[in-house]
Amino acid sequence: MAIRVFLIVLLFLSFTNLTYSLYEDQVGLMDWHQKYIGKVKHAVFHTQKTGRKRVLVSTEENVVASLDLRHGEIFWRHVLGTNDVIDGLDIALGKYVITLSSDGSILRAWNLPDGQMVWESSLPGSKASKSILHIPKNLKADKDDLILVYGKGSLNAVSGVDGEVLWKKDFAGESIEVSHIIQSSDVIYVAGFADSSKISVYGLNAKNGELLENNHAALPFGTFGELLCVSGDMFVVLDEMRSKIVIVHLKNGEISYNQKHISDLTKDLAGQPVILPSRLPGMFALNTNSYVLLIKVTNQGELVLVDKVNNGAAVSDSLSISEDEHAFAFVHYGDNKIHLSVKNVNDWNHDLLKESIVIDHQRGKIDKIFVNNYVRTDRSHGFRALMVMEDHSLLLVQQGEIVWSREDGLASVVDVTTSELPVQKEGVSVAKVEQNLFEWLKGHMLKLKGTLMIASPDDLAAIQALRLRSSEKSKMTRDHNGFRKLLIVLTRAGKVFALHTGDGRVVWSILLPSLRKSEACENPVGLHIYQWQVPHHHALDENPSVLVVGQCGPSLSTPAVLSFIDAYTGMELKSLSPAHTAAQVIPLPYTDSTEQRLHLIIDDKQHAYLYPRTPEAIDILKHEFSNVYWYSVDADNGVIRGHALKSNCIQEAVDEYCFDFRDLWSVVFPSESEKIIATMTRKSNEVVHTQAKVMTDYDVMYKYISKNLLFVANAAPKAAGEIGTVIPEEAWLVIYILDTVTGRILHRMTHHGCQGPVHGVFSENWVVYHYFNLRAHRYEMSVVEIYDQSRADNKDVWRFVLGKHNLTSPVSSYSRPEVIAKSQSYFFTHSVKAIEVTSTAKGITSKQLLIGTIGDQVLALDKRFLDPRRTVNPSQAEKEDGIIPLTDSLPIISQSYITHALKVEGLRGIVTVPAKLESTSLVFAYGVDLFFTQIAPSRTYDSLTEDFSYALLLLTIVALVAAIFVTWVLSERKDLQDKWR
Amino acid sequence: MSSLRLFILSLTLSLCFAFQSDELLLDDDEFGLEGGNQQPPRSDPHFPSPSTPAPRKRFTESSSSDSKIQFSLHHAFGDSDFSDAGNFSARLKTWSHGGQTLTKLRFSRNPLTEEEQKKFQELLQTDDFYRIRLPSNVLSPPGRDYIISSVKARCLPGEGLEEHFVIHTEGINILAVNYGAPGACPYPRQLKRPVRWSFKSHTILKNSEQAPRTPIFAEDVLGGEEGEGELVKPVERSFWAKYWMYLIPLGLIVMNAITQAMNMAEEQVGGQGGAPGQQQAGSAGQRGSNAGVRRR
Repeated sequence: MAIRVFLIVLLFLSFTNLTYSLYEDQVGLMDWHQKYIGKVKHAVFHTQKTGRKRVLVSTEENVVASLDLRHGEIFWRHVLGTNDVIDGLDIALGKYVITLSSDGSILRAWNLPDGQMVWESSLPGSKASKSILHIPKNLKADKDDLILVYGKGSLNAVSGVDGEVLWKKDFAGESIEVSHIIQSSDVIYVAGFADSSKISVYGLNAKNGELLENNHAALPFGTFGELLCVSGDMFVVLDEMRSKIVIVHLKNGEISYNQKHISDLTKDLAGQPVILPSRLPGMFALNTNSYVLLIKVTNQGELVLVDKVNNGAAVSDSLSISEDEHAFAFVHYGDNKIHLSVKNVNDWNHDLLKESIVIDHQRGKIDKIFVNNYVRTDRSHGFRALMVMEDHSLLLVQQGEIVWSREDGLASVVDVTTSELPVQKEGVSVAKVEQNLFEWLKGHMLKLKGTLMIASPDDLAAIQALRLRSSEKSKMTRDHNGFRKLLIVLTRAGKVFALHTGDGRVVWSILLPSLRKSEACENPVGLHIYQWQVPHHHALDENPSVLVVGQCGPSLSTPAVLSFIDAYTGMELKSLSPAHTAAQVIPLPYTDSTEQRLHLIIDDKQHAYLYPRTPEAIDILKHEFSNVYWYSVDADNGVIRGHALKSNCIQEAVDEYCFDFRDLWSVVFPSESEKIIATMTRKSNEVVHTQAKVMTDYDVMYKYISKNLLFVANAAPKAAGEIGTVIPEEAWLVIYILDTVTGRILHRMTHHGCQGPVHGVFSENWVVYHYFNLRAHRYEMSVVEIYDQSRADNKDVWRFVLGKHNLTSPVSSYSRPEVIAKSQSYFFTHSVKAIEVTSTAKGITSKQLLIGTIGDQVLALDKRFLDPRRTVNPSQAEKEDGIIPLTDSLPIISQSYITHALKVEGLRGIVTVPAKLESTSLVFAYGVDLFFTQIAPSRTYDSLTEDFSYALLLLTIVALVAAIFVTWVLSERKDLQDKWR
Repeated sequence: MSSLRLFILSLTLSLCFAFQSDELLLDDDEFGLEGGNQQPPRSDPHFPSPSTPAPRKRFTESSSSDSKIQFSLHHAFGDSDFSDAGNFSARLKTWSHGGQTLTKLRFSRNPLTEEEQKKFQELLQTDDFYRIRLPSNVLSPPGRDYIISSVKARCLPGEGLEEHFVIHTEGINILAVNYGAPGACPYPRQLKRPVRWSFKSHTILKNSEQAPRTPIFAEDVLGGEEGEGELVKPVERSFWAKYWMYLIPLGLIVMNAITQAMNMAEEQVGGQGGAPGQQQAGSAGQRGSNAGVRRR
């Protein structure tokens, strides 16, 4: 019986959800999807054969892709897992793309035209080591095409046809860091360092891996960096002082070396030189701080300096253009232009190509260059270069022009915020309206035809095109419904983009100068982006601005970098590089007279710094001094602390914007049984509309709504790793709901036999979280709802009449909370990458959970499914209240995927922003791809749909009016006739 | 739902019990209470004395060993250093399966010295924090770190000074302490001075509760066969139950027809055939009576 009821309800729900979901022709109306690949690490051109010219790339986002060389579009692409870092990429047998990933332990072959995986072999090993992929370039297709892979301390020879490991030689016991594999006809030489001063070369039989020879040579000094192969038997390396170049000569297995001071080659040597890893025959490039030196190695082992280019240069690998001619490209930056030179390695004075290209300076320096040649129409050599820029974008340059460019920095979004668009100014010309009136009418007539099903296929196509390029949605002004906004995203490259929500185009972009590598700031990273100034009072003449917070390096102890950007123009207003660090940034709920939000930046030395640094901000903070509380989570030690401001800093230098703070409370989790794995808070800008929930028995439950709630999930230390490493008895998950002002534990609960990873979302008075149940071998989602009991007495109408309720009394965290928590768990099929909840302007619309599934899609799940009140057999009243009968698992309804047929590859986060229209919420999902859509969890109850046919309405009204007149005239006439009778 | 509320109610009720009797609740591991010298036991007349014999029995039966432990409460006024403020004593139960739990928490607070009273006055004046701390491990204090909690001093004064501890424990570890006034403390906090300089303390020990288990509908898994059984069921229903809606009108029609036929027969037979007609009706039994009703 229960099944049947459930099925009926499910059927019913699936119908209701059908209306939430899209029709086929609605795809792309309100949503957009952009595909990216990330910063390119390796690129291999495939242009030999006729047909599609393509370039194969692997990227830092672990993507293998085949790009169209003509337009830069993606032919195919595969996103490998986050731990599956690609180390090598090459083409084998002219038809397979070979990738080596996971520290040299997984080798895969992909079919070149369509990207299907052909074979995969795993190459296990014990030792972590550098991994090298070496595919011998035999011009004639050999019968036994070997792929040589060094990884995990062993050399493997893999057949290129089927991925079978032909032989394996283990170097794990030899304590050698292999850096080169050289193949001469039948012998494979493996060269590397042991202890940075001992060169070892092993000769192996290419047929069976048998060790043929073994040579060692000890250098009288240590070396720095990696061995670079200059020619078949010559290597260069720097000594450990980085003042000498050591040339290692390998002749018939004999090792000899000589050395040369760098100062002999160039006089003005500054900084620490590094050998660039570009492979050039008989040459190498040395990067000093100010120059790139191109040095030629003669056959006798002598070094000759051939060129000196100023810094910011990139050098490509060499390219063989004919039997014994090798070309390579180098680019450098100067006078706002990029100078690309392609030279013949042997003939230095002659340029094969010299071009200057103007490139948007927001792309920064050139990071990498890959060069490819082609035969021009006049049978001379032409070259095209693929350039990876500092902002991670990818450019193809040919004939002095940028053929195409890809903004692949957007594949690594770090943080997102939004900004309103400018308010539409008065004074729209009448001519424009008149011109548009005809268009408008035409459009509506077309729509009318569509509605009345009399449209021809051509008309239908026109309608669809009209809908898709509706100019309304991509306007650069604020709209009445608040659908048009700017998404301001910070990428890992330190570039900030503003994307228009209408069509996803880049409105502006800026490579932040403060987040670029400099002497003061070695490895700057962008951390967060905040809304700094949101003008409401002066929205017409003031622009909003955003704050980007970064730091000079990966560790928390490096100084902070702050940058303020105008959200309309993308100009950097100012940037600060304060001496303190930015361990935590707290936007305060106060704004000054120019509507700049006050921010506290907490450093790692127990100081809090106030921004903006104005006397007015100090005044505001002084006024609210005792009401500022925050918390910090020390996940390593399992301690959560609460803090409050104390006084101005006691330092030598007086800084009135610096404050000391004190610890108000601490929660210390026992380290032997619990480890913090996830914390979540409510969004600070969330609006709650209804304070109470009316139960079916007309009982009222008051939601415990506090901004200062923190959800903490702790796992057993043993079970903090991956699923399957512990038995259920050793795993548990403890969840807490804390008040962050007083440190009170409001709710505490243990899930036995469960483990992380925990993903969840906190909203209003409930938290939903996702974890793995080891006993049931399934993922689970739990909901905890907190209700306030201290207000529970306010049920009696007479109390309200007589004013005896306590609803208007101020709520304080210092009052003893009387809360009850209700919870329920449900099984959920998918593992989850991110969970978010829809947010609307006033919080009236019912909520949907947005679940980023392992399949990189976003599933919208009604919050009603995660209701602790669900019972097996809900009463009639409960059913009317929308309570779904209790089931053990949450349904996954395929129509409720808001990403419909698309995938947001490498999904990392979901952001929801309320539109002005209450029913609608804007959703932005990012990963390697970007996806944006609007969703209406309770359907658009407050507006007509976009494709509403006004013309049909008008026509109906006109027809009705006409009918009224006609019938009126008719009846008049009839009356008259009756009277004459 | 209602049972949960009942549970909460009983919890809060027994909580009330806890703070005015110090001996009877010895065996209740959920609540301990303050045995302060200031607080007269059972002074409040409207709290009935509790009688909880069931848990006592449970604990005497369990195979466990007890040991008595003590740990101290420190307090600080504003940013001053921490000093001794009182002592907690508890029973440490060692369970047969190796776990250890704290039970029977009791608290005795040192009376505030003159100097401390002065400091407290200052706190009240400046609306500053009164801070307390507990060791995070009761066996080897302070454990990894102290558990700190603070409250605005103005929240505490009532009649005397009232405080409320909820100590969250996990075995022999203290995770956190919810410290504050037992009642409300709305903002803006009014300055009021305590009449008596003595603390009235309520203490509760809390352990983690278990999460409700995910409902597993095992029968749903077997639903395949059972579902079929359900489909067969309607066949098993009695003929009458299935077709009553057809049978009743049919019966009525039949009866109608019969009575009409009988009436016709009566009319035909007239007065002579009276006796056999009557007999027939009699033998018809039920039908006859029915017919009689109709005739009336």
